[in-house]
Amino acid sequence: MNIYVLVKQTFDTEEKIVLRDGLIDDQGVKYVINPYDEYAVEEALLQRDQHGGQVFVIAVGPSRMQDALRTALAMGADEAILIHDEQIPQDEYSIAKVLASYLSKQSVDLLLGGNFSVDSGGGQVAIRTAQLLGIAHASSITSLAISGSQATVVRDAEGDSETLDVSLPALFTAQQGLNEPRYPSLPGIMKAKKKPFTELSLADLGLSVADISPKTKQISLHLPPKRQAGQILSGDTREQSLKLASIIANVRGN
Amino acid sequence: MLGGTKMSKICYVIAEVREQKLRQVTFEAIQAARLLNNVEQIHTILLGHQLTELAAELSHYTPDTLYVIDDASLTHYSADLYREAILSIIDQANATIIVGHTAIGRDLAPVLSAALHAGQISDVIAIEGDTFTRPIYAGKAFEQKQFTADETAIISIRPNNIPPASALPSQGNIEARTLTQSAALRVMVKDIVRKASGKVDLAEAKVVVSGGRGVKSADGFKILEELAEVLGGAVGASRGACDAGYCDYALQIGQTGKVVTPMLYIACGISGAIQHLAGMSQSKVIIAINKDPDAPIFKLADYGIVGDLFDVVPILTEELKATIQN
Repeated sequence: MNIYVLVKQTFDTEEKIVLRDGLIDDQGVKYVINPYDEYAVEEALLQRDQHGGQVFVIAVGPSRMQDALRTALAMGADEAILIHDEQIPQDEYSIAKVLASYLSKQSVDLLLGGNFSVDSGGGQVAIRTAQLLGIAHASSITSLAISGSQATVVRDAEGDSETLDVSLPALFTAQQGLNEPRYPSLPGIMKAKKKPFTELSLADLGLSVADISPKTKQISLHLPPKRQAGQILSGDTREQSLKLASIIANVRGN
Repeated sequence: MLGGTKMSKICYVIAEVREQKLRQVTFEAIQAARLLNNVEQIHTILLGHQLTELAAELSHYTPDTLYVIDDASLTHYSADLYREAILSIIDQANATIIVGHTAIGRDLAPVLSAALHAGQISDVIAIEGDTFTRPIYAGKAFEQKQFTADETAIISIRPNNIPPASALPSQGNIEARTLTQSAALRVMVKDIVRKASGKVDLAEAKVVVSGGRGVKSADGFKILEELAEVLGGAVGASRGACDAGYCDYALQIGQTGKVVTPMLYIACGISGAIQHLAGMSQSKVIIAINKDPDAPIFKLADYGIVGDLFDVVPILTEELKATIQN
């Protein structure tokens, strides 16, 4: 089974966001694999170990994304592909088209990705890619069982659980609870250095800038207004609680 | 017509039904259509089964045509069927499609975007003409976006941020359509467990009562559920509480998990890690109950109690029950 995993590198979720000259400052920021993509990588490894095959991790973005792919290799993925070209715009339409252009030439049995990325959070690229490839999908899954060319997944839909049967090839996007991602082991990190790592440009994919011109653009960025610390209620527990109850009733309009 | 040479837009709002009711976000999406520049028509699309009453209700909010496909095969959401149904209804060359950024909308919007080779702006919280504001890093920052051209586009809006449209004086026109797709389904629904049935959806809740590690156990969440019920709200949790197995990941609020913007957020036993604060700091009023006076959550709470949530929460529930009943 050929398993492809879409990976993005994001800021660690404990990072604060700082603007410098109107742009997001990444100086000194710790980068990680997008947490949802980490579940996808782990699931790919579990499925490969159960059914056999190869796990390919693929990213589109700047060369620093190598680190995220290396981490996935160290976790146990077999091969990495990084498509990096300064001419690729930061637009979901464009990125999905780049991914689909590469993947349409591969034999893909299973495609995995994260539910969304914790930075831009559009939640578009994986599903767009599946649509462009003409394969089925189910988003936000918490369980995956494969038998032959059929998969049974459980999808989290705002707290409800839907069990779906899906014909492969298909894309699934990972929700929390799908698995517990492993940490790369030291031997894993050593082995990762020798694993195949392919870097491709737009030209390598036979794409021109015009083919992927963006459909959306960012106009500006701003930070949320800072919240001020409020009032700590005084009195004994009962007095504090009664004050708070009256505040809550007020906010609710009772 | 305003806007000179710009092409006028035909908006289609995809309605959403949950437990035989139109969701609030559907009315917010209709209002979103009104906020756009150069809108010539606003249509709505209602897909599902046994829709007669809902269609009658929605028509009162639909300025132009309400398209209805009432078919048993649309009882549950299906990306393939919804895509075919919607593509058969809309003017593909000049449509602006608006959906809620919900479990269905998040899945459907990119399906339509890819099918229409269109741009999409997700998770929109405000619209000003051609400019869309949306959170990034779960609300640690915001960006303003625009489409690069006047062409078919898709927007998903976050529940609870755009005010809902009000009913119109006259009823819109209802047009029944039929499902044309007959191809074999690639995704079959086997079973649905309605764990969230009858409960207020976290993303749409006006009040969220949220618990952290300080709640100590799954059992401890019961008192939070009781308070949430009295307030007509939903229960949420921090990553710590979910990782510890106290509650389902579906309840997690934060940069991983859900972002909520309720009128009132009550954080119980939550210290306030950066990744959690990203998911709730846009709430209108924040209340924190925590034993640790140095917990970072107090730095952004409007009101706080330094104390044991197991003492405070039951008193709140009891008091508020009495207040609300009167």
